[in-house]
Amino acid sequence: MNDHSTVMGSGAPGGREQAVVPDKPKNPFGQFLRKFSKQKLSLIAGIFIVMLFLVAIFAPFLTPYNPDTPNYDKMMAGPSADHWAGTDEYGRDILSRLIVGARLSLAVSLSSVFIAAVIGTILGLLSGFYGKWLDRLIMRGSDVLFSFPDILLAIGIVAILGPGLLNVVIAVAVFGIPSFARMIRSVTLSVKETLFVEAARSIGAKDSRIIWRHIFPETVPSVIVNLTMKIGTAILAASSLSFLGMGAKPTEPDWGAMLSMGRDYLSIAPHVVYFPGVAIFLTVLAFNLLGDGLRDALDPKMKN
Amino acid sequence: MGRYALQRLIGIVPLLFIVSVLVFMFIHLIPGDPARLIAGKEATLEEINQTRVLLGLDQPLWKQYLSYMKDMFQGDLGNSIRSGLPVTEMMKSRFLPTLWLTLLSMAWAVVIGVVIGIVSAVKRNKWPDYAGMLIAISGISIPGFWLGLVLIQIFSVQLGWFPTGGIDSWKSYVLPSLTLGAGIMSMIARFSRSSMLETMREDYIRTARAKGLMEFVVVGRHALRNSLIQVVTIAGLQFGFLLGGSVMVETVFSIPGLGRMLVDSISFRDYTVIQAELLLFAAEFILINLVVDLLYGVLNPKIRYADN
Repeated sequence: MNDHSTVMGSGAPGGREQAVVPDKPKNPFGQFLRKFSKQKLSLIAGIFIVMLFLVAIFAPFLTPYNPDTPNYDKMMAGPSADHWAGTDEYGRDILSRLIVGARLSLAVSLSSVFIAAVIGTILGLLSGFYGKWLDRLIMRGSDVLFSFPDILLAIGIVAILGPGLLNVVIAVAVFGIPSFARMIRSVTLSVKETLFVEAARSIGAKDSRIIWRHIFPETVPSVIVNLTMKIGTAILAASSLSFLGMGAKPTEPDWGAMLSMGRDYLSIAPHVVYFPGVAIFLTVLAFNLLGDGLRDALDPKMKN
Repeated sequence: MGRYALQRLIGIVPLLFIVSVLVFMFIHLIPGDPARLIAGKEATLEEINQTRVLLGLDQPLWKQYLSYMKDMFQGDLGNSIRSGLPVTEMMKSRFLPTLWLTLLSMAWAVVIGVVIGIVSAVKRNKWPDYAGMLIAISGISIPGFWLGLVLIQIFSVQLGWFPTGGIDSWKSYVLPSLTLGAGIMSMIARFSRSSMLETMREDYIRTARAKGLMEFVVVGRHALRNSLIQVVTIAGLQFGFLLGGSVMVETVFSIPGLGRMLVDSISFRDYTVIQAELLLFAAEFILINLVVDLLYGVLNPKIRYADN
């Protein structure tokens, strides 16, 4: 039938492996690509994100001006051929600051979501696999985290730790953990009952092996989809905190901090506010569209 | 139903307890001596020690927690470090603007969200569906504080239709509630679309069509009513997120509500106020979720019986 089942089914009497091995597509990655590429918007979003990463990586070579050099002859100048996105209240080139800011936004959101994903996935696996008191403990814990509206939890954590981007990463990571834990727990609960886990158990596989080799791989699609969707939320949360003055320092070229500074000049130089906002909006939109596309291609059951 | 309600009620007691402990611990989690934090930067050693005894900070933690809870049930959440006023009094005057803001935002978000959801579901995979879903995903992706600034720039600065901030008349609430509701509207639109699509596949919809009812009646009377149950639930659950969003929106529009108070108290390190706000927001959130859960049980018999 296919390469997957012949490997798994070697040694078993012919034809029986179909009942044991869940019907896997011929080439999972190929099928994923085919499904995913049908969703044009998600594809465009994916390309946008790849380009954004390239911009962030090569930022020092791409900035037309030094993002930190003031130019007091050209304060708050509107968009022009020299400065495509205009200049800010110190005459600094906004486009250059946006390019460097892409680094900060991606670094903050990716690291916080990765931390949340790793901790949340481990907790979810343990909670779903062992059940009993461990499950109750972990789920009560995520109930507690869930009982603070997300941004408020982040604000509370930053209030304890003090302002700064590192603390924003911690705050955003903490409020991301329960969503991963709950989702992975529910996947684990259903995978735990499958025949291949039963089989692994019956040949005496250790718990750790069952969790990592048999259950964890089944949760990967859900982790990837949730990860992508949470990056958008994380960028919004981090820029909100910076906007409130709890994240990046006002001098840093962070998109949220730029908005916070530009806010005072809204009536005389709206472009100071428009461009950083558009940057946040498009980036979050791209991650959300990509997440939607990945979900439909990887895990149709998750659809709402 | 009574038993189900009772079970849920008992279920939130431990949750409320843990949340209250966490919030109580808040002031002890901040690096540094709480007495010094409360007494202020310029306080002498003697003043710091006075504060410590006055607030009972020299007592063991569990005693402090008990007296904190005792005061809380009597409506006393301590005094603001910054102004010295009772926190409860400060919050009372700030409560109404936030309540109005969240209610107005929710109202328009539900109406528009459901309409977009229905249109998208009925015209599935045609341009109204794509347009509706693009609006919805944009609404989730747009930073609320930025949307607020853009609305101010266009409708207040350029056109002069609405005030840029404060709360003087009903006009002051228009732009803030548009801003705050955008995200919720999008979530409701997405959810009601998928809920409608699910309902439209049910047998009774086929029956309704088969007996020759007009599509308008099928959608309006049969499909909509049944999918609304779930939409109401989702809308209720989003209330908590409105509370979080109100922090941003009240800051942008300078509305003297609870959210703005939280931001101000953080910049002035007014820890007793922060503590009280976190407690209030979390308690509200838990209670709203409880009410929504119960409402869902009333509306949807399946849940009710499954739990019994």
